[in-house]
Amino acid sequence: MPEPGKLCDEPGCKNPAVVHLTQVVNNKISTHHLCEACASSKGINTAKPTSSFALSDFLAQLGEAGQAQPGDPDVEPCDFCGLTFAGFKETGRLGCSHCYSAFEPGLKRLLTRIHGASQHVGKVYLPPNPTATDLEKRLDALRRRLNRAVESEDFERAAVLRDQIRALEPAG
Amino acid sequence: MNEPFRKPDFGLEWLDADGPHADIVLSTRVRLARNLQGYAYGSRARVNDREAVYKTVQAAVDPVATFEGAEMLQMRKLGERTRRIFLERRLVSRDLLGPDPSTAPTGAAVVVSERDPLSLMINEEDHLRLQSLMSGLRFTEAWSVVDRLDDEIGQNLSYAYHHQFGFLTSCPTNAGTGLRASALVHLPGLVLTKEIERVLQGLAQVGLTFRGLYGEGSEVVGNFFQISNQTTLGKSEEDLIDHLERIVGTVIQTELQARQVLIRDAAAVTEDKIWRAYGLLRYARSLTFEELMNLLSGVRLGVSLKLLPDLRVYTLNKIMILSQAAHLDEAAGRELSTPERHAHRAEYVRRMLETEGSAA
Repeated sequence: MPEPGKLCDEPGCKNPAVVHLTQVVNNKISTHHLCEACASSKGINTAKPTSSFALSDFLAQLGEAGQAQPGDPDVEPCDFCGLTFAGFKETGRLGCSHCYSAFEPGLKRLLTRIHGASQHVGKVYLPPNPTATDLEKRLDALRRRLNRAVESEDFERAAVLRDQIRALEPAG
Repeated sequence: MNEPFRKPDFGLEWLDADGPHADIVLSTRVRLARNLQGYAYGSRARVNDREAVYKTVQAAVDPVATFEGAEMLQMRKLGERTRRIFLERRLVSRDLLGPDPSTAPTGAAVVVSERDPLSLMINEEDHLRLQSLMSGLRFTEAWSVVDRLDDEIGQNLSYAYHHQFGFLTSCPTNAGTGLRASALVHLPGLVLTKEIERVLQGLAQVGLTFRGLYGEGSEVVGNFFQISNQTTLGKSEEDLIDHLERIVGTVIQTELQARQVLIRDAAAVTEDKIWRAYGLLRYARSLTFEELMNLLSGVRLGVSLKLLPDLRVYTLNKIMILSQAAHLDEAAGRELSTPERHAHRAEYVRRMLETEGSAA
């Protein structure tokens, strides 16, 4: 919070201080008062801390709620639940798993903006009655996790993963 | 008392203060969001969808060893106060209970394991929300148990899963791993030395975020910050968990340094603050929850710094959870008025401090 009346500490600068930096160096507390320009020239980030990743932020990025935007993917409503892309923008919630296919191009861009990636690299789900491909993908992911567990010397976890791999590997 | 409360500490193992850094980290939570194929999600689900999801999950959970002997509790069948008690114990979310306090949404339910620190919410924003909640800083362990539960339940259900987007969720901010892990940390040292803003800014720069005591949209009270991952897609669960464990570890070290500075440079003021907080809790006749949380923060710091040697962190954890409104109403056996509740809270706190260790 700006403390009114304080001027920037930097020599020759008379701007009002807006950044009040308390530092503990070698167990000594020191406080510096800086104006925005001097703070950023010292490499201090003056942006307010974001309290949380607000859904409203990404909704704002999407444009006005409920309104079709020029950049919107020109897509049909979801064939399973009937949600439209504009409807999704209004609530920020998808209606069902089919929405992911229905809105794929727009969603891919959005996911990249939110997460910095659009490809899942975590757990691979093994559905009931899996196909050979399902099994192979799951095994690949489990082996990756096993290597990682061994590298980080998490042997308890490695043992669990090894059992899971053995249970899935074709006998022989 | 209702059936689920045949044990007074039902669902409260995470209060035990037996985990690593339990004086600073109240709890570690890891939750996974999962949905079923073939049913609309939360906001677009109709009553019959919600009922079908409830029945499908019930059948899938039945043979799961983790939930042996556990009941699936439909929110609608519980009394209003019991639902609020579940919320205060962090076993269910506000979203599960819905907007109307007098009734709960169709099919909204929770299963709480009797043998593991695990629970499952049904028909929340996502069809399934699996969560583990443990005392202290225990990300790896909490992830491990919820991962196993996910495998157990997942083999009996058809999860909505996409080769590119991973586990599909109602909100795109949860897609991919569906994993949200958080630690509830007590940071009075950083708040008093005014270092907290910098630490919180630092969190945002490394892809983490913070919330208040009750998660999204809740206020920070009593210097408790819930630190969690911000993204869920593009990193493996283990990467997310390791990153959190490391960063929260650093936050704890920074907090400990801040406390050293307080003790060295402002010992008299710090000690006075702690003893005043203790004195007020020990003798006050009326306490709001917010005032209680602020005073407990001072006392917790005192216990942590060994200035109040006969008090246990466990006692402070219990006071914090069991002196919330619905718990006080339950103990009184009726709906208390607001001034009565403040008086009952103060009385409960005095009794706890008297019987579970006196610092003076």
